[in-house]
Amino acid sequence: MKPAFSVLFLTTLIGAGQGLFLALVTGQFYWVIGAEAVRESGAFYAGGAALALAFLALGLLASFFHLARPMRGWRAIARWRTSWLSREVILLPAVMGLVLVYGLLHLVDPRTVLVTFSNGKSLDLPLAAGFVGAGATVLLFVCTGMIYACIKFIREWAGVWTVVNFTLMGLASGFTLAAAYAAVTGSALRGFFVASALVLTLVALAGRAYTFRRHARLGAPSTLRSAIGVHHGAIRQVTQGFIGGSFNTEEFSSPGSPGLRRRLVPAVLAAGFAAPAALLALGWQGPDAALYAAFAVQYLGLLGERWLFFAQGNHVQNLYYQRAA
Amino acid sequence: MADKQLALVIDLNVCVGCHACVTSCKEWNTSGEAGPLADFNPYGADPKGVFFNRVQTYEVGTYPDTETVHFPKSCLHCEEPPCVPVCPTGASYKRAEDGIVLVDYDKCIGCKYCSWACPYGAREFDPHQGVMKKCTLCVDRIYDQSLPEERRKPACVLACPPGARLFGDIKDPDSEVSVAIREHGGYQLMPEWGTRPANHYLPRRRTRMHIHPDELVRADNPLKKEGELPRPDLSDPSLDDVTTW
Repeated sequence: MKPAFSVLFLTTLIGAGQGLFLALVTGQFYWVIGAEAVRESGAFYAGGAALALAFLALGLLASFFHLARPMRGWRAIARWRTSWLSREVILLPAVMGLVLVYGLLHLVDPRTVLVTFSNGKSLDLPLAAGFVGAGATVLLFVCTGMIYACIKFIREWAGVWTVVNFTLMGLASGFTLAAAYAAVTGSALRGFFVASALVLTLVALAGRAYTFRRHARLGAPSTLRSAIGVHHGAIRQVTQGFIGGSFNTEEFSSPGSPGLRRRLVPAVLAAGFAAPAALLALGWQGPDAALYAAFAVQYLGLLGERWLFFAQGNHVQNLYYQRAA
Repeated sequence: MADKQLALVIDLNVCVGCHACVTSCKEWNTSGEAGPLADFNPYGADPKGVFFNRVQTYEVGTYPDTETVHFPKSCLHCEEPPCVPVCPTGASYKRAEDGIVLVDYDKCIGCKYCSWACPYGAREFDPHQGVMKKCTLCVDRIYDQSLPEERRKPACVLACPPGARLFGDIKDPDSEVSVAIREHGGYQLMPEWGTRPANHYLPRRRTRMHIHPDELVRADNPLKKEGELPRPDLSDPSLDDVTTW
């Protein structure tokens, strides 16, 4: 498949934004259940929510560049009953709204207690709003992953691993971003975020490395035999019917040679996962700059990962478009 | 599902690969109300354009025992079209009344997601209009009351010189297409995906001529004499005299 840069930016940006928001809610929850009496200020969470919102908004902006008719984009909310794309289009602004509410509540009213439990812990209003937002954020991860996972004609994409990996990579980059944000603000949550980001990055590395291995072993989903319905062992295309280009030969063709794409796999695994993990480990007790570098390297690495995700997708329709003559 | 499903039946045993269906399709569909099927750089080095129908050619077997198969390919108007449910706007839809899968050019946002969901590569994006396009089964002519009834067929069907393309309702068991599918082994493309294409293909059938040895010998000339036989005498009885018809 041809990598669409709008979609590369959309999925990586909202992944990081969603991950950052989930990190903030997790961090807040960590203080509630943790033994320490330290609390972060409302301004810290509000600032984090603003940063998450910025990432989500940039992602939304990028998505418009994917549409040939962006002015009609609002129509995409119509078919949420059947289309994962429609569901994502609804959920992304919804998550942005909930992140905004979460940030505003922290600014204006960070201490309103909703419920106090028998063990003395309490649920305050911003955290409750955070839980609602976190639920929507997880659903958005599922929608984004399912947009690709439900295309059964691209075997590299079809299946639960696409959803798992999109979620893990979003969480990893979001928690790394949270660690960098905590370093900038000098928050006490810095250690918690760095440790979680490190663990999530390593889990995401395992998930993505597994699917890269899996893709290398995938067989052909269909054959020319069933494509044209001639039951013979030796069929070859003489011509696809035209010598010029067409939508089918451009949208579904992979850039670069198979060798180049294979060689990019270790580079992507290094830049998106291994190097950020090393930088996070370095920055745990070390310099803040390591954490900033970790996010920058990881984001670029994940952009490369998304490019490969597209480039490695081999669509069934390519059976019909093999030779121009 | 609907009790009517219009479809094409393409006889691969008849198709000669002349591309008349391709050009007639382009001509009809680029001239209609829905706007042109855009061409880019048509006379240059790298021409590119939107077509609803393509004729491909395959070679089956290994030389010298090969067979050439010309294979026209357009939207198959699946009964379970995977391209329809993925459309976020509802621009892609399947008509309940006759089963034609269509794109509403006024609702399409040009996200190309439907083309990812088609295993046959039947959809082509038009960058000029910014919408996805595909075969409409000439929906703007098959119901046109101003045309004589025998002309109310898709342009490709009317154009096919050897008559390799049939058009009709595959849900009607007595229609020409249903009979052709039933009696000539009509099949669907890539049935393993569960899309249930409405268009069917009729397989290549090997045509053999049996020549018996006595057909090679002129058994009606037992004297093995070439040339004209001597004219009978005028007084000899003619055939009219000896038979009673």
